[in-house]
Amino acid sequence: MKYVDEFRDPELAKQILKRLHEVIASIPRAAERPLQIMEVCGGHTHSIFRYGLEGLLPEGIEMVHGPGCPVCVLPMGRVDDCIAIAEQPDVIFTTFGDAMRVPGSKKSLQQASAEGCDIRMVYSPMDALDIARKHPDKRVVFFGLGFETTMPATALTLMQAKRENLRNFFLFCNHITIIPTMKAILDEPGMSIDGFLGPGHVSMVIGRQPYEFIASEYDRPLVIAGFEPLDILQSLLMVAEQLRDGRAEVENQYARIVPDKGNLQAMNAVNTVFEVRDFFEWRGLGSIAESGVQIRNEYADFDAERAFSVATLKVEDPKSCECGEVLKGSLKPWDCALFGKSCTPETPVGALMVSTEGACAAYYSYGKIDVQRAG
Amino acid sequence: MCLGIPGQIVAVNEDGHTGLVSILGVKRTVNLGCVYTPDQPPSDVIGSWALIHVGFAMSLVDEEEASRTLEILSEIGELQEEFAAFSQSGSTAQ
Repeated sequence: MKYVDEFRDPELAKQILKRLHEVIASIPRAAERPLQIMEVCGGHTHSIFRYGLEGLLPEGIEMVHGPGCPVCVLPMGRVDDCIAIAEQPDVIFTTFGDAMRVPGSKKSLQQASAEGCDIRMVYSPMDALDIARKHPDKRVVFFGLGFETTMPATALTLMQAKRENLRNFFLFCNHITIIPTMKAILDEPGMSIDGFLGPGHVSMVIGRQPYEFIASEYDRPLVIAGFEPLDILQSLLMVAEQLRDGRAEVENQYARIVPDKGNLQAMNAVNTVFEVRDFFEWRGLGSIAESGVQIRNEYADFDAERAFSVATLKVEDPKSCECGEVLKGSLKPWDCALFGKSCTPETPVGALMVSTEGACAAYYSYGKIDVQRAG
Repeated sequence: MCLGIPGQIVAVNEDGHTGLVSILGVKRTVNLGCVYTPDQPPSDVIGSWALIHVGFAMSLVDEEEASRTLEILSEIGELQEEFAAFSQSGSTAQ
């Protein structure tokens, strides 16, 4: 337990781990095949690797790293669309820094920027709005991506743009929603996940109710979890206890941040500006019905898709890239022939190597023991 | 990218939609639309702590939770990045 001493409360961590080992030992099927528990959120993936949590868990638990890293599930075609917009005259293209290095079919936004496109990293969509105010002669586009955590921010930004009647601000909307995605994973043939750690900050916005179907229809436990290692261990214990008792419930370990009803003001803003898209294309998971949102007609003047006639071409990943299978949990990062060879955090081929929340970059940075064991 | 950083709301701007938040002594304008409405008295939120995500106050948190979250961010190596992004962005107030 080399890492436990780094925890905020090492004694508590040891107690939780002891109980977790006992509970797993009391579940006979965990001895035949490890119980698969998926952490849906990339923030959890990061914490799990940072603290080496997998090395502390009983052998009867296998963590599956889910799709909850927005830049990791961004298909190459959407990056190409961004670059096509950025290459048009008089455009300032703004984006969160996370998206700069995601490979498109020909180049990334970072490469397009080096080639002369005016692409600027911003901390907030409000900063993009500020750029639009200062450059009335330019068309300023903000690349909106992320789950429900960031969706209220871009919605409120468009509401602000409308109040100011800004005519040169546009949103390229690529927001995605967590619930249809989880449903798609649960509907995969051969789905073998036994339980879930639910995302913390998405749940802060949407609340706990939207997950209920996972317990009632799919008979799987889900525990909404915080980001601290102790949160994650405690949440795993709560999932394990449900599995031991044959229960499937939605529990909230992160109640200090996540109200059961979510944030109604935030959801109101989201529903004012966005509506469900019929389909959205995900990297690795393919096209998922109703898994994205688009801008409502009332805000059409701010919609980059309408202002720039975006192609939204479907571009396949490089054949040798296994991001899709890793995202679904059917392959481990080191099973990919490119892992650590032509695909590294410095020169990512696949999106999972780009972000520290991606499973491949996380294994590459923190999980070398596993790689050596596998290699 | 979804972790956010806790800050204390120190003022509500006249527009009723934005306000000043202080994080580790740096003040910046953030949008308050998820935790405050213009018809509320500013005293409802001034002095409160909130989780700030991409320039938006997403959720009010108590002070103890705020300081604990700052510690956690520091431990997992995210504090510096979040803070640098927050303090260098365009709308920083002095």
